[in-house]
Amino acid sequence: MRISDILKYTFRALISHKLRTALILLAMSIGVASVTILTALGSGAKIYIIDQFASLGTHLLIVLPGRVETSGFAASLVIGKTPRDLTLQDAKSLLQSPAIKRIAPISLGVANVSWKQLEREVPIIGSTHNLLAIRHWEMLQGQFLPEMDIDTSSPVCVIGHKVRDEIFGHHQARGEWLRLGEYRCRVIGTLKSEGHSVGVNTEDLVIVPVASALGMFNSPSLFRIMVEAKSRELMDQAGEDILEIIKKRHHNNLDVTVITQDAVLGTFDKILTAITLAVAGIAAISLAVAGLLIMNVMLISVSQRTREIGLLKALGAPQKSIRLLFLYEAIMLAITGGILGIMIGYAAAWFIEQIYPVLEVSPPLWAIYLALLTALCTGLFFGTLPARKAARLDPVVALTHH
Amino acid sequence: MIHLDNISRHFQVGDQVVKALDNIQLTINAGEYISIMGPSGSGKSTLLNIIGLLDEPTSGDYIFENRNITQFSESELADFRRDNIGFVFQFFHLVPRLSTAENIELPMVLAGIAPEVRAKKVYEILESLDLQDRAHHRPNQLSGGQRQRVAIARATVLKPRIILADEPTGNLDRHSGSDVIEVLESFLQQKITLITVTHDPDIGSRAKRKIKMVDGCIVSDE
Repeated sequence: MRISDILKYTFRALISHKLRTALILLAMSIGVASVTILTALGSGAKIYIIDQFASLGTHLLIVLPGRVETSGFAASLVIGKTPRDLTLQDAKSLLQSPAIKRIAPISLGVANVSWKQLEREVPIIGSTHNLLAIRHWEMLQGQFLPEMDIDTSSPVCVIGHKVRDEIFGHHQARGEWLRLGEYRCRVIGTLKSEGHSVGVNTEDLVIVPVASALGMFNSPSLFRIMVEAKSRELMDQAGEDILEIIKKRHHNNLDVTVITQDAVLGTFDKILTAITLAVAGIAAISLAVAGLLIMNVMLISVSQRTREIGLLKALGAPQKSIRLLFLYEAIMLAITGGILGIMIGYAAAWFIEQIYPVLEVSPPLWAIYLALLTALCTGLFFGTLPARKAARLDPVVALTHH
Repeated sequence: MIHLDNISRHFQVGDQVVKALDNIQLTINAGEYISIMGPSGSGKSTLLNIIGLLDEPTSGDYIFENRNITQFSESELADFRRDNIGFVFQFFHLVPRLSTAENIELPMVLAGIAPEVRAKKVYEILESLDLQDRAHHRPNQLSGGQRQRVAIARATVLKPRIILADEPTGNLDRHSGSDVIEVLESFLQQKITLITVTHDPDIGSRAKRKIKMVDGCIVSDE
């Protein structure tokens, strides 16, 4: 038999049972569509997070107090326990390294911010002039913290967009004196909104000079130090220098952790890939169910068409041709369902993107290939048994079947 | 052309062995017109199925032009059937979803013949059986006599050497029945062997050679 004839014959057989074929295609396409959508969501989330970290800049190292033995996400990030303080002097000493371009020490706290009768609890970040460039933030109006020695405190502050709106409303914020707990400082600028930028809400914060912040919170301890290497090649050098300098200063105790963007990204990448695969695996179960449905329908088809099979044998069709006819029917169901499923998956991904424009929801190519391949294998695997059953029918019995 | 040597076909029914054919000796020559008659269960259809290679004998040899068919493999048998034998059944066995032309085309599709050749042959045979205006009808849009003529067209489109008709008029009224018999007999002019199994003595007596069967044995052959 010619392939084109086999295809035509099986196609005719499929469309002669429209409802049954449509239901099977639906089952198959739901399976494939769920694999497509879920992997698309997974890879969308990954792209989103990677973009977020990329916005940090590529030469960035982060120094945290406390030592963790494993790389990647440090426990101290979450728990916040510090064996030994990371001080401003530590931060300053890092500039000894020739690989380091600039640093921005960061201290973090919360204070009641008030102006006239309006009061609001806002996160306070203490840092320096360099933070703006290191985080790639921009100013909406006014200036960022002035360039000065990191030990010097100064009664100035930069506020986030939301703080300005909530506290000052329509008033001009710049030049006003803002009360931060027991301190007072003058507003010199407003930060342009970047939304959530790697865990920091750039709209709802007040930034003051780091020395002022440490005074305000009455603690010598920094939350972390952001370090920018001179180039990407010098990242490793900078990391080693940081550890060495801090070790020397901390009486030979290596009690800080240096994480790089790559390490964080790598960890996120691993986690998200694992989640995507797990979710796709769960979705693949529905593919297996669809495969069983195909087998079921093919078995029904073989029994309904027993007389036809007998006739084909009488007309001189060998077992091989009959096996092929039924196998192609199963494969055609599976592949058509697969293609439909991918189309549904793409449509759904497009729809999700319209609702959440920040997520880039596009099914990864490997998922498409995998879904189609799985559909094909499903058709082959679950079509074999019915096809063999059809091919092995006794022609005399088949012809007299009712 | 065909020689059946000591052919037996036994069926196991429960713990009993039913001898549908019991040591049949039969020689069939090319171009013969044979009718096989006998009561129900006498083995007529089984004999026809054995000759048509749809059924395999339990014992004995089937010799076709000095070749022993009994030793053929499954796919060799299928090819042999396709090239040499045309079946006509009591219940027509047309594929309901296919049109008249497509049903007639089916043996050529299975044989892998090119579509252009098929179209030409289908047209010729439709013309010769006066079915041109029914080419695109489905079987359920045809009368019984028309259906059987389509089935005959399908059985003969590959120019078989033997036509095996199992109760070809069993499902037809008298008029379309004799019409069908005439169509079948018209192939005798082309030196095709025609073997009909029938209950109807009128139709059976039309054949030159009349075989009567009882209980799996040939009781008369004249």
